[in-house]
Amino acid sequence: MEIIPLGDSALVVRLREQFEDAPEETLNEVLRVFQLLQRAAIPGVVELAPAYTSVAVFFDPVAVLKSNGAANGVFDELATRIRSTIVPASRRHRRRTAANALRLIEIPICYDAEFGFDLDRVAEHTKLSGPEIINLHSTGEYRVACIGFVPGFTFLAGLPRNLATPRRDVPRKEIPPGSVGIGGAQTGIYPLRSPGGWNLIGRTPLKLFDPTKNPPTLLHPGDRVRFRAITREEFESLTS
Amino acid sequence: MNAVVIRAGFLTSVQDLGRTGFRQFGVSTSGAVDSFALRVANLLVGNNESAAGLEITLGGLQLRFEDERIVAWCGGEFDVQIASRALPAGHVAELQSGDELKFGNAQFGCRCWLAISGGIDVPIVISSRSTDLRASFGGFEGRALRDGDMVLLAHRPGSSPPATAEVSSWTAPHDWVSPAKRHPVLRFVRGVDWSRFDDVTIQRFTNQEFAVSPDSDRMGLRLDGPELKRKHEADLISEAVAPGTMQVPPSGKPILLLGDCQTIGGYPKIAHVITVDLGVAAQLRAGDRVHFSEVSLEDAHCLLLERERDLDRFRIGVSLQRS
Repeated sequence: MEIIPLGDSALVVRLREQFEDAPEETLNEVLRVFQLLQRAAIPGVVELAPAYTSVAVFFDPVAVLKSNGAANGVFDELATRIRSTIVPASRRHRRRTAANALRLIEIPICYDAEFGFDLDRVAEHTKLSGPEIINLHSTGEYRVACIGFVPGFTFLAGLPRNLATPRRDVPRKEIPPGSVGIGGAQTGIYPLRSPGGWNLIGRTPLKLFDPTKNPPTLLHPGDRVRFRAITREEFESLTS
Repeated sequence: MNAVVIRAGFLTSVQDLGRTGFRQFGVSTSGAVDSFALRVANLLVGNNESAAGLEITLGGLQLRFEDERIVAWCGGEFDVQIASRALPAGHVAELQSGDELKFGNAQFGCRCWLAISGGIDVPIVISSRSTDLRASFGGFEGRALRDGDMVLLAHRPGSSPPATAEVSSWTAPHDWVSPAKRHPVLRFVRGVDWSRFDDVTIQRFTNQEFAVSPDSDRMGLRLDGPELKRKHEADLISEAVAPGTMQVPPSGKPILLLGDCQTIGGYPKIAHVITVDLGVAAQLRAGDRVHFSEVSLEDAHCLLLERERDLDRFRIGVSLQRS
């Protein structure tokens, strides 16, 4: 574990150097540390943000100093408190995390050519047929590795290796909300109209980001995700 | 009562101090790019520091008020007029019903923040009244203001403001109300990927001048100048970024992130502009030139604590003036 400053009002707790070699284990550890820090409510800490291998801790330096008054540097003081909060995981905890303590969310996707603008491109690159791609993509199980880029954009780990397809050389200026894409070894869903370079293979009728709700996103970091292939009719009936 | 937008200007949006607590869902901070300037303007008109105001980019805003209000603004060098009276930065003015407030174009600097007594009464969306222009939510209907908009103002605070004359001489320190500088040097602390750049590149970064590129906005300032090349072009794992973070994409042209920046990034982070200098960065516009200079993390914290202490004193000063 490494604690690194991210400017003067944030720091990053890096838990692993690698992600791809053990995504499940890494995400479980990130989630565990995220929850430990959340529960610890360290004075001066204003928010936490997990992503892949790390948890970022945003803080108010003035409040950190007021809470301890020590001559110690603000950063050192906070790093010490974080270190003492992050106790190693017990074997029991590891088993518990593995044993379905996580949410499982099902996302319906319509893979019709009307939505899957880049199915041909993915087929060409992977040497798989359209139905094979859809079958592989919709039978896998994924984990939310990170949410970012735009509010509610989910980066999902767990894409079957043979589906990996490089991003488009020229990103699209505008991608319709709900579009499901493959970007390198990851898959993800565009929640909002936005630019983007991923290969689009389908679309979900679900609203992934709703600023009027709290929390505002359907998916949360660490969630398990499964896709279900739906027809065009089902897509229409599920569109709110 | 409303403020009527006669002219919205180049880019005017409702902003407060931004969103906290929703980065885990990918929600940006947004908020005034110079939150300190908005806090000072709010204190001057008797508001809570976190009240929503207007962020005005490059000027051109013209407002008509439907009731009496106290206003103050902080930021770049703008000509601001109430009828034919000038309202300098950091001064307060009392407006009567029907009065018009007019922002000319910025002579230099880029943005300013207008506080109106009572604050702007838009709904709170995800913990803030700020407009997220990129994701189109919050603020005034999730967008920048347009000509003809009617912006609802909240009830004015009970206590009387520090202004007694039409334009009061009571003001805040010059650095606070006019942070724009002709040849700014932005102070930074090292980024986590500092050592991924060789000595020559680091020399360039700290000694040479950068120019602000035209494709800069509330998300970030794109900088032209000496190319910053990494020793090895390995892919990095995405992790959090924040306003102030300077990341270097493969083009070698650094980007200094501002309030609307995304929450995560995968480019190497060479440096972070310190919090007390973000207000200076917020004043940079296309073509402006800027230098960077390193400070220690301890110094960055000391400067911030000092400024907050000064603001505490100022807050007391304002309340004494009012009583």
